[in-house]
Amino acid sequence: MTRMTALLSWIDERFPLTSTWKQHLSEYYAPKNFNFWYFFGSLALLVLVIQIVTGIFLTMHYKPDAEQAFASVEYIMRDVSWGWAIRYIHSTGASMFFVVVYLHMFRALIYGSYRKPRELLWILGVLIYLCLMAEAFFGYLLPWGQMSYWGAQVIVNLFAAIPLIGPDLAVWIRGDYVVSDATLNRFFAFHVIAIPLVLLALVAAHLVALHEVGSNNPDGVEIKKKKDASGRPLDGIPFHPYYTVKDLVGVVVFLMVFTVIVFFAPEMGGYFLEHNNFIPADPLKTPEHIAPVWYFTPYYSILRAVPPFLGSQFPGVLAMGLAVIVLFFMPWLDRGAVKSIRYRGAIYKTALTLFVASFLLLGYLGTEPTTVWGQFGGWLGGAERATVAARIGTIVYFAFFLLMPWYTRIDKTRPEPERVTC
Amino acid sequence: MLRSLLIALLLTPLAAAAAGGGQKLDRANIDTRDAISIQRGAQVFVNYCLNCHSAEYMRYNRLTDLGLTEDQIRDNLMFVSDRVGDTMQIAMRAGDARQWFGVAPPDLSVVARSRGADWLYTYMRTFYRDSSGTTGWNNLAFPNAGMPHVLWELQGIQRLETTVEERAGHKVESRRLVLEKPGTMTSAEYDRLVRDLVNYLVYMGEPARTQRVQIGIAVLFALSILLVLTWLLKREYWRDVH
Repeated sequence: MTRMTALLSWIDERFPLTSTWKQHLSEYYAPKNFNFWYFFGSLALLVLVIQIVTGIFLTMHYKPDAEQAFASVEYIMRDVSWGWAIRYIHSTGASMFFVVVYLHMFRALIYGSYRKPRELLWILGVLIYLCLMAEAFFGYLLPWGQMSYWGAQVIVNLFAAIPLIGPDLAVWIRGDYVVSDATLNRFFAFHVIAIPLVLLALVAAHLVALHEVGSNNPDGVEIKKKKDASGRPLDGIPFHPYYTVKDLVGVVVFLMVFTVIVFFAPEMGGYFLEHNNFIPADPLKTPEHIAPVWYFTPYYSILRAVPPFLGSQFPGVLAMGLAVIVLFFMPWLDRGAVKSIRYRGAIYKTALTLFVASFLLLGYLGTEPTTVWGQFGGWLGGAERATVAARIGTIVYFAFFLLMPWYTRIDKTRPEPERVTC
Repeated sequence: MLRSLLIALLLTPLAAAAAGGGQKLDRANIDTRDAISIQRGAQVFVNYCLNCHSAEYMRYNRLTDLGLTEDQIRDNLMFVSDRVGDTMQIAMRAGDARQWFGVAPPDLSVVARSRGADWLYTYMRTFYRDSSGTTGWNNLAFPNAGMPHVLWELQGIQRLETTVEERAGHKVESRRLVLEKPGTMTSAEYDRLVRDLVNYLVYMGEPARTQRVQIGIAVLFALSILLVLTWLLKREYWRDVH
């Protein structure tokens, strides 16, 4: 034991090991009233690690070459020892990353975790979300199936809709006039090194920012306001061991869900691995219905819902971009007197419910062709029902953000408690 | 003419509800644990499909999964290549195939994953005689398919019968296939043969499938033990949090 202590002090004289451990774990005080919604931050970190580790093994066997990519994935599925498991863990991890991150972001919405003093923490989080979208987009091309190919074609063409610079920009992104071997090569580079580096840096910054301001909690009260004589928050408990052991339970439950998907339903009925992606990419054969993977479908719906202007798809592209960019402004759009939904009034609760409903509706519609519900007859003259629904969903989506300064101010809130409730 | 009829048929409410080529799909009801059925399917596959279609990600010796020995595979299932570790290639060149059929017959390694078992099962059973097509055959699940009915000697020759009925003031069109000339198999025997073939195609689409499910059960079992342990650990630590 004394030898260990001696070693530790030898290290501490040269590297802040003990102080870092204390600052971020054993003496980082987190509110004691975390509930279900607080599991998803640590789970996102877990999925990140899973993706990096499985990704490393996949790169050992995958070939980023238009002639060989599809075959190399099947080689991994058949001839590489445990290759099928590694591939399914990676493909399931991609979807579960978004599940976990969407729930993590929803937590921030209901408890106002983006509000002062956590604005930068929130902005770093939105940047992580953007990076994640880029990472998913680049990675999805790699299996080189029909959906990989045409999905990338559609998304790169969105950039081509930008006035003036658009067409050149699209060629610059693809490295060719169509999605091709050159595109596959650069997307591989982005997917395995460029974006992951940025992602890791952002995650580190997100954690540093969190530990600087301290965690929010379901009551939305600042635990740092009430401290004991030694300066510890009265409602705080050390992250380690309390939340490490609690999160461990969450990790095991999550891994059980993950296991069920990986081993019993890796395609998730075509939502995690699309059926058409088992057809090798064919630049000469456009699939009838190109649907992005489920996590992009709300934005895809917004894109389709906005009518073209003067023959240009740019308004749709702009709306789609703004739908994500608007998240950055949340901390300043919300003028509510309290943070947590527990003390907000009926107006905010209604607005949030409508927002979630519109997000889910848009997500569903994005997986379907616009003809899914048929057409209106009579005076509505054959307009597609799904397109009308997507337009309403889009308006609700944006109204949630753009009207927020108004409805959060007039909402009747109840006073926050002094201390956290259990 | 028939093509436009088919397109018109596609627009009938009944057909519009179904997937694929507008045809309502029959359930394949395969049992992926039935190794004997998969073995029979493999036999059908190498005899009838593997002349025009390759399965270039599938190795012959992978069939040992099904309880076959390498000698059995070599003696019963291999005609083209000589090494048991080879993948299922064909001699036909893609260029020739394109000339003969209009399209190169697709590789079938993962066809069950893109089409699904029910579609394949329906497809292989709904070929009918159609003199307007280039092959003399047409198909309900895949209208104007480039493939002729390879198994017609077994199934016999079917003909499409379309009837129009007046029902509650609406014209209801229905179509059904009628066996015009029986083949060497009864309809039940033929359905079983196709089911075996589809079972094989599903197996070939993902040979690790059976293993995956077994391992999954073991992993879940291990995790449930871990869940109890971590939960007890959490409860112990959290005793002192009020």
